[in-house]
Amino acid sequence: MSTVPTLVIPGDTLPIADGEVTLRLGPGLTQTGNTVQAVQAGRVQHNPHGNRWWVNSSKKRYVPSTGEPVIGTVVGRSADYYRVDIGSAHSALLPVLAFEGATKRNRPNLNVGAVVYGRLTLAHTYMEPEIECYNSTTGKADGYGELQGGFVIQVSLHLCQRLMNPSTKVLDVLGSHIPLDVAVGLNGRIWIHTDSTKNTIAAANAIRHSEFLDASECHAMVKRIISTTHTSEPMETD
Amino acid sequence: MVKERELSTNEREFVIEAIQQGLRVDGRSLEAQRDISVTYGDDFGNVQVTYGSTQVLAQVSCEVMRPFPDRPTEGFLTIATELSAMAAPNFEVVGRSEEEVLINRHIEKTLRRSRAIDTEGLCIVAGEKVWSVRIDLHFLDHDGNLLDAACYAAIHALAHFRRPDVTVVGDEVTVHPVDERNPVPLTIHHYPLCVTFAFFEQGQAYVVDPTFLEEQVCQGRMSVSVNSHREICAISKTGGVPLDPDTILQCTQLATELTHRMLPIKVPEGPSTTAMVQD
Repeated sequence: MSTVPTLVIPGDTLPIADGEVTLRLGPGLTQTGNTVQAVQAGRVQHNPHGNRWWVNSSKKRYVPSTGEPVIGTVVGRSADYYRVDIGSAHSALLPVLAFEGATKRNRPNLNVGAVVYGRLTLAHTYMEPEIECYNSTTGKADGYGELQGGFVIQVSLHLCQRLMNPSTKVLDVLGSHIPLDVAVGLNGRIWIHTDSTKNTIAAANAIRHSEFLDASECHAMVKRIISTTHTSEPMETD
Repeated sequence: MVKERELSTNEREFVIEAIQQGLRVDGRSLEAQRDISVTYGDDFGNVQVTYGSTQVLAQVSCEVMRPFPDRPTEGFLTIATELSAMAAPNFEVVGRSEEEVLINRHIEKTLRRSRAIDTEGLCIVAGEKVWSVRIDLHFLDHDGNLLDAACYAAIHALAHFRRPDVTVVGDEVTVHPVDERNPVPLTIHHYPLCVTFAFFEQGQAYVVDPTFLEEQVCQGRMSVSVNSHREICAISKTGGVPLDPDTILQCTQLATELTHRMLPIKVPEGPSTTAMVQD
């Protein structure tokens, strides 16, 4: 296998298919005949677990991809499913039975405007996306479901992809200062919940500012934001 | 047509709860504006203004025209706003929205009706030739408070603009090209700026310079234009919660103070320089 480029532009061929091992192609890559081609400009990412390949790029428009966790707002409800806005071109469908322990008798009751954390089960170019709020193999919630209280911020897709990476420190650093619950959707939305409004605002601003900072810069930035919050002075925007 | 993003109940409640505690979701205080910056373009009268992530581009241009017969000494000042899908995807490409008309009318009241630019001063030969000055306002990015940014951009662009010099000898009018004679600035009598307030809690709480999120949640807005002489040039409140006279006085007081801090407007002599007005 020849070396794989780290940066690609649409149309570039990636020498990763050798015809023997199974590849899993994520967002930004497509199969053309026997070769793998990039359809987005960005940085090539690889996870040896399951031999997954995808392209990370900085953009704001969300294109759904199967298996991705997303945060959505319920915009409509009918007998069998909820209609959820996940920021893509079309709203997603969420079946009322796709919750932990949901049966025809015992169904969840979500109102219009509720925030849900779900996983995409269907993402096809010509069909409406579908999400579910449980792990369909185990039947457990796995952290998915309605998100109560808290606040949702809209950030770039790149920041969300970065936060999913365990080596990104901002959430750890924040967690050492204030107890918080965070749900990251790969559709550019982050849900934050803490014990007080003040802390939620501080956490939201720290996450927003962390996009282009490394670990040590993150430490300093979080410290600065936390200290200004606790002296109860209005924070300086920068 | 693209729909506006639906706001979740969580976000709505959080914004209101924060304001009850005297906090704002972007970390500002209730009476603080966002960072404001002004960038002067390569041409005279070309200015780009940002209020946080709201961006407005203004371009001033002029031409010689024949005045209306019933107002032979009055020039023209036209304000053209374009609220396109560039600013936010839910703005329609065709037709003027209500929001656009309100922005346009408030700027017109602020600049023309307050006689900041005197249309009589644009006259060259009465009944024959007058200047027609046009301000084009393009909204590039929408994060709330388009009006203040547009007003700020418009007045900066007018101050930065230079029109060709004219000489009148008898009936002969000569418009000197820019490379022949230095162009001259417009006469601006005073510099009005606009400050917008968004109201919450049945009008009991307000914030200055609302973001798009705050505009979506608020119960009403009021815009006040004040000039350097601390005179109120325009005030508009279109719908929303009724307000106490006390609140209105308090807001105009605050608007005067904020405007005072942003004035005087210092425009660079040559084009193409950046000036940070406020940190």
